[in-house]
Amino acid sequence: MSMTAFILFIAIVGLTLVITYFAAKKTSNASDFYTAGGGLTGFQNGLAIAGDYMSAASFLGIAGMIALNGFDGFFYSIGFLVAYLVVLYVVAEPLRNLGKYTMADMIAARFKRPAIRGVAAFNTITVSTFYMIAQLVGAGALIKLLLGIDYWIAVLIVGVLMTIYVVFGGMIATSWVQITKAVLLMLGTLIISLLVFAKFDFSLLKMFEQMKTATPLGEAFLHPGNKYDVPLETLSLNLALVLGTAGLPHILIRFYTVKDAISARKSVLSATWIIGIFYLMTVFLGFGAAAFVGTDAITAADAAGNMAAPLLAQALGGDLLFAFVSAIAFATILAVVTGLVLSAASAFAHDFYSQIIRKGKASEREQVKAARFASIGVAILSIILALFAQSLNVAFLVSLAFAVAASANLPLIIFTVFWKRFNSTGAIAGSLTGLLSALLIVSLSPSVWDPSGAAIFTGEPLIPLSNPGIISIPLGFLAAYLGTIFSSEKADEDTFTEIQVKAHTGMHMDTD
Amino acid sequence: MADKNVHYKKVAASKDFRKLLEEKRRFIVPMTIFFFLFYFSLPVATSYFTFLNTPAIGAITWAWLFALTQFVMTWVLCGLYAKKAAQFDKYVSALKTESRGDDE
Repeated sequence: MSMTAFILFIAIVGLTLVITYFAAKKTSNASDFYTAGGGLTGFQNGLAIAGDYMSAASFLGIAGMIALNGFDGFFYSIGFLVAYLVVLYVVAEPLRNLGKYTMADMIAARFKRPAIRGVAAFNTITVSTFYMIAQLVGAGALIKLLLGIDYWIAVLIVGVLMTIYVVFGGMIATSWVQITKAVLLMLGTLIISLLVFAKFDFSLLKMFEQMKTATPLGEAFLHPGNKYDVPLETLSLNLALVLGTAGLPHILIRFYTVKDAISARKSVLSATWIIGIFYLMTVFLGFGAAAFVGTDAITAADAAGNMAAPLLAQALGGDLLFAFVSAIAFATILAVVTGLVLSAASAFAHDFYSQIIRKGKASEREQVKAARFASIGVAILSIILALFAQSLNVAFLVSLAFAVAASANLPLIIFTVFWKRFNSTGAIAGSLTGLLSALLIVSLSPSVWDPSGAAIFTGEPLIPLSNPGIISIPLGFLAAYLGTIFSSEKADEDTFTEIQVKAHTGMHMDTD
Repeated sequence: MADKNVHYKKVAASKDFRKLLEEKRRFIVPMTIFFFLFYFSLPVATSYFTFLNTPAIGAITWAWLFALTQFVMTWVLCGLYAKKAAQFDKYVSALKTESRGDDE
């Protein structure tokens, strides 16, 4: 490990611990812990959303995918961005108006049955855990490559840091770690993009012209179909990408950190600008890596292409830029896993403990204590799972998290706010069907079964589709619909009227 | 609070609230249908056809230009919503003023 890299890593750890120290002083009650007291501005939260969302899978994964597959890698960039229109148009403002700390709060505002809160909380934990295992396994492998330390030590370092941030600093520390990371990531990506662009004399025409001969793919590099040559797979992936974001609990809880629906809207607007500019720059990262590092060197360092961006930094700016980009990748991982720990822990502590077990009667001190214990529990569990999953190819867990979010959470959120007849039977049916169908399809898919042993189990996959979304998302919505119309349960119109007024005006929040 | 339902029913029945919902629906439903069609026309076109592989400007193909318009589309639709939402906010603050008047 180079001295520069070591110093930069320590600097990031130091900075985030300072943030946590100040955040801990300001964290006294449950609202501080779960939502930073709702005290962020729209722009700050927009940055934090960007920091929460742009994971190592985005920064390193997409750069690698574009470098190795050309256009097909860019599908992720587009889907990840367009998804924010769903968040802006249908989810962010009603969620802010109806909920308090968790995604389940919003659903429970309409349906009082504890079972429904339980199901929504369970989905939150499932999605966040899948996402976290993928991040931690990736983090371990990446830090191992970057710093030359053992996988288990790398996982442990990330695991301990995320636990410290959340346990001591709650959402305040989480938010500022994410904001710091977003600024660093944008800065690093901008520097590399400009260096790449300079190499092509700041001419897009020249860049595309040269890419026709820069890779073994030849001209096909610029054409779609190198990675996704099965149409159904491409459509399924795109469907999960565009609908999944609006159901990701760790993104949704970010909207509680601002004071009202107008600020929630401003958060999405800022986030969309930041995230969009970032994903546009992934083209420069991918093209640059393909042209100046080369396919062979990229796959030699990591078969999936995850080292493309750091190697590109090295090729363009030597050890200093390599160290800088590696440190940014480290900060990126930390910011995302921290958000995931908080979202899973709040489902345990707020939904299961405070609301279901204590029926909302837990004191502020008990709530904060429960949240801290839950955070430690979630972190330990994820670290153990990540240590066991080292040799497994778990990259598919991120797209599975998006698919579950879109199949199980989104129908629940949309119908709760917009459908008068929706009832608790439909809510449970839709949520469980979405979750179980996505899990079942993936467990029989090529992501889990591969005849040559490249997946978790060796054998023929029963379902040829890697991305379950195109089946499980319609099933989730359909089950929510059918469950509602076939149950004898009558819709509670008074509650829906109340929910409608609250969701669209937020007027109840002024008098609380 | 016994009059809670009465209160929400009254707001829900008010002219401003009906107008708010109606205007939201008139904006969000067609816009959502539009961006879904626009978004999915890219993977559909790249999966089933090859016409996007033809060069548009130099070596830049239509596929890349179409991909770029997805970004522009997202930002434009965000901007349009922000403008429209400023009108929604007017209804909301009118409703809040009315309801405060009722309380007193």
